[in-house]
Parts: sequence; structure tokens; C-alpha cells
Amino acid sequence: MNFETTIGLEVHIEMKTNSKAFSPAPVQYGAAPNTNTNVVDWGYPGVLPTVNKGAVEFGMRAALALNCEITKDTHFDRKNYFYPDNPKAYQITQAQEPIGRNGWIEIEVDGHKKKIGIEEMHVEEDAGKNTHSPDGYSYVDLNRQGTPLIEIVSKPDISSADEAYAYLVRLRQIVQFTGVSDVKMEEGSMRADVNVSVRPIGSEKMGTKTEMKNLNSFEHVRKGAHYEARRQERLLLAGKSIQQETRRFDEASGETVLMRVKEGASDYRYFPEPDIPPLHISDEWIQQVKDSIPEMPDKRRAKYVTEWGIPEYDAGVLTQTKEMSDFFEAAVAQGAQPKLAANWLMGEVNAYLNTNKLDLLETKLTPEHLATMIKLIEDGTISSKIAKKVFKEIITNGSEPKNWVEEKGLVQLSDPQVLEPIITAVLDDNQKSIEDYQNGKGRAIGFLVGQIMKQTHGKANPKIVNKLLIKNLKER
Amino acid sequence: MLEYYYKKGKEGVEVAINASEVKHVAKLAKLAFSEDDLQKFTGQMDKIIQMVQQLSDVETEGVPVTTHISDTQGVMRADQAEPGTSRDLLMRNVPQHQDGYIKVPAIIDESEEA
Repeated sequence: MNFETTIGLEVHIEMKTNSKAFSPAPVQYGAAPNTNTNVVDWGYPGVLPTVNKGAVEFGMRAALALNCEITKDTHFDRKNYFYPDNPKAYQITQAQEPIGRNGWIEIEVDGHKKKIGIEEMHVEEDAGKNTHSPDGYSYVDLNRQGTPLIEIVSKPDISSADEAYAYLVRLRQIVQFTGVSDVKMEEGSMRADVNVSVRPIGSEKMGTKTEMKNLNSFEHVRKGAHYEARRQERLLLAGKSIQQETRRFDEASGETVLMRVKEGASDYRYFPEPDIPPLHISDEWIQQVKDSIPEMPDKRRAKYVTEWGIPEYDAGVLTQTKEMSDFFEAAVAQGAQPKLAANWLMGEVNAYLNTNKLDLLETKLTPEHLATMIKLIEDGTISSKIAKKVFKEIITNGSEPKNWVEEKGLVQLSDPQVLEPIITAVLDDNQKSIEDYQNGKGRAIGFLVGQIMKQTHGKANPKIVNKLLIKNLKER
Repeated sequence: MLEYYYKKGKEGVEVAINASEVKHVAKLAKLAFSEDDLQKFTGQMDKIIQMVQQLSDVETEGVPVTTHISDTQGVMRADQAEPGTSRDLLMRNVPQHQDGYIKVPAIIDESEEA
């Protein structure tokens, strides 16, 4: 029997507003515990939430970028549950009238494009953070409590672990480009709940699904979903049935492990949040938000290819993150030749970031310095060999390339009057190579150029050296 | 639409709520009652719900759901952060705390948050 897999993803992304969704406490990652909270976050008696207009607007921006329809009459609901990470004992969310509906994004897997539907996207608040300790206690930090989130619920259109992965990559890219979130996985600002079910091919009825909660790595989603689908298939083939349960992805084994069996739907007793009046979103506001959405990756990619002559693949890599794409565009704006800037970013820069495990913005490299360095290479001031030195300096120490090159005396030697005596000296010392050359061994030239480069500490202009060398050899 | 929030009453059942449902709701609210209290509250809640159920006689075809009873709409504040409340002050009401964290008995893995 053959099976088809259905994967549904619920993705939470923290938004980078200045203040929380329903209180004016600051939204800031990494602050000392419980310093970015106030009485509203703590659910003190008598306090009232007020809606952060920025959070609603960011929600609309993300919804529009995900091709959703905006729900013009919307409100918030309470989802009731007890847990120490949320002292109010309810989460303010949008259960009935999510701000966005019926969206879609396009993914590409193995060259095949596919539209994945988005059921709905809503705005809600995050909970605080519980740290469990072996001493039998949990330590609660409420800084995250109330941070605005968007939750994006996919339609059951995803039919493989690879598609799930591609969907997450695409989602992160789009949301990042809207500017509503930096989407930093390591800070937990994007987390996914993964529902997996399988059914015999052609069967109308969906299989029983299992759920993995709060995965914060795309790779874990891919591996977990793959493992889970195969596990369910094996059970069905053995004549067993799937039970509705919550499972955990175990990183070490790459398997999913049972956490708890779900008995019926959870009873959250949703009801409309009485402390927050409903919202009416006007057409003008929707238009304003639409106009504020920055250029999306697809548009940029097309521009790179058609206007700047960047190969399709490279354009895709450069638009993977907004950071990289913005940096690239800024370097081009500073006068860097686009193809050269692209090569540097995808080559040396990426290698440096990977080796040092850094984000582009954590380095000292600026678009202006990169552009200046590229111009120095182009006008022959520095050789490409020296450029690697310059690059290392400007990315680690942030030096201005032109000044640094002059200061260190790294300007490329192109002046024949300076080069001639060096060439003569090298030839005098290498009679054997001259003979080799005269006997038709072309390789001798390479050796001689190498010697000249050595003498000039890599600063000689190779083109001019070649020309002068051949002229000298012919004269001997 | 309202069914989204409230389960429909079962047809043909005379009581609006029975003791096991009250027990379930009590459990969700982390409350426990004696058997006597449970019977008493079940009767009281049944009456309350039956009273509210009179509303279902009203013709509501084509009337939008009332989620809020005030006419106020779209009250929002600008996205400006204000410093948090002093942690020391907040901690005065916390029975146990350590290193700036609220210390609570560990409850593992019941979180359904977000």
C-alpha cells in the first residue's frame, strides 16, 4: 500500500514592536529577568490591557505580504489555561476573527513550484519563559509575556517533509522582508507546531494526526515530519491504528517520542476579550499598510537578474535574508559593480560568516567599505591577491580600505619604471628558466611571475608584469 | 457563530447542565467541591443557564454576533515603550523568588501556551 502525507504547520513569530501587544512594557530580548514587565503583564487585579496599534499594523503587514484577506471587523478573544508562564491564566488571542484569512505562499522543491495555502493568520501575545530546575522548582521570567506574535496556520497542502522545510524557509524570508520581525531562530522568535498524518493514496478521509510542538529548528521540522510519516505508515501497514497524541522530536536519535495522548479537544473556553473593544479596520488603513510594505524578495530577485545581470541562482542566494539583500543593494548604491559585489558577498563574506558563526551585521564590514574595496580592485590600485588581505582587515577591524591600503603600502605596482629593475634582477638570478622559456617551455613564465610577485610581496600588477616579462625574455 | 464559544445544549435533555459537566468546569478552574456542594451548584447553574437560554427564542437571523456590549471601537495606543514596573516592587507580592526570577513548584509539560 502506498501512502500520502499531509502536514499542517502552525508557526509563531515574535514581532519586533517597541512595546508589548497589550501593555507599554518594552519588547527587548536578553534583558535581566522580570525587568521588562509591568502590572498588566503580571495580571494584577484591576489592570486593563490596551491594544498596541503597532502590533495590529505589523500583523496586517505580515498578513498582506502572505496574500491574506484582511478581516475588517475583528476582535480579540481569551484562551483560558493555567500555567506559571502566564499569570493572567488566559492568553489574549484572535480565535474567531483572525486578522488575515485565505492567504498563500509559493514554494519550490526540486524545481517544482507549488502554492501552499494559509488558512488564517492572527495576532496574539506570547507567554513568559519557564526554566525548570532539578531542584523541583521552575524559575519564571515574564519579560517575554505579552510580546506580540503572529500565528500563521497553513492549509493541509504540504505533502512532504521537504515541502514543510521549504515552506518555513519561504515564510521566514517573507516575514523578514516585511520588517515586522528579524526572525532569529536562536532567540526563539520563530517556532513551529507540526501536525502530521498519513492516508492511503486516493483515500478521501484524512488520517489521524499527531502533533509536535514548539520546534525552533527547520531541520528538526524536516527530520521530525519525515520520521513521523514513516512511523505512521509502518503502524498502518502492521494493521495498527494511529492515536491522536503529542510527540517530541528527539534530536539525538532523530526519532519522535510520545509525550502524551490527547483525550478530546482541549477545553480553552474561548470567549471574546471583554476588556478590549472590537476593531474596525478601514480601507484607508489597509491601503496605508500596503504602501508601507518594503520590496519583497521576488521583486528584488527579478531586479538583480534583469537590471544588474546577476545569475538567477546568485540572485536567489542574495535575497535569502533581508540583511544580505539590503547590504548588497547598499554596496551597489555606493558604486560597487553588482556582479563583483555579489561574488564577494557569496564567496569571501559568507565564508567568513560561517567560519566565525556571525551574522552579517555583527561584523565590522560596511557596504561602503566593500564598495570602496571593489573599486580599488577595478581601477587596478590593488591586486586581487592583496584584496584578500584588505578584505580581512575591513571585515574584522572595520578599517577604511583606501586609507589602510595606502598606509600599509599595498598599492599595486603598475609603474614599468619600478617593475623593470625587479624583473631584470629576477631574470639574472634564473638563467635556467630563461633557457626553459627559449626551449618552448611556457611554464617557465609562471615560475618567473611567481618570483617577481614574491619580490614585490604580491603587490606587482600581474598583467603588466606579464607584458614586461615577455618583452624582456624576447630581448635576452 | 456563538457555538464557537458555547456548546449547544443536547436536544431532549431537560437539564441545561449536569453534575459531571460542573465537575469538569470546576476542574478547569482548579476548584474542588464536596459532593453536597456539587449538587447544590449544579442546580443553581442549571437555573442560570436556563434563564439565559430564553435568549435563544429571539429571532437573530441575519443579526451579527454581539461580542461586546459597548459601542466603543478601535481604541489603540501608539507603539511606545515605557520602562517596566520596578522588579523589587513587583516581587513584594511574590511568595518565593530568586535572582530576579519568580520561583514556583515545577509543573512540567502542561503548557499549551501560544
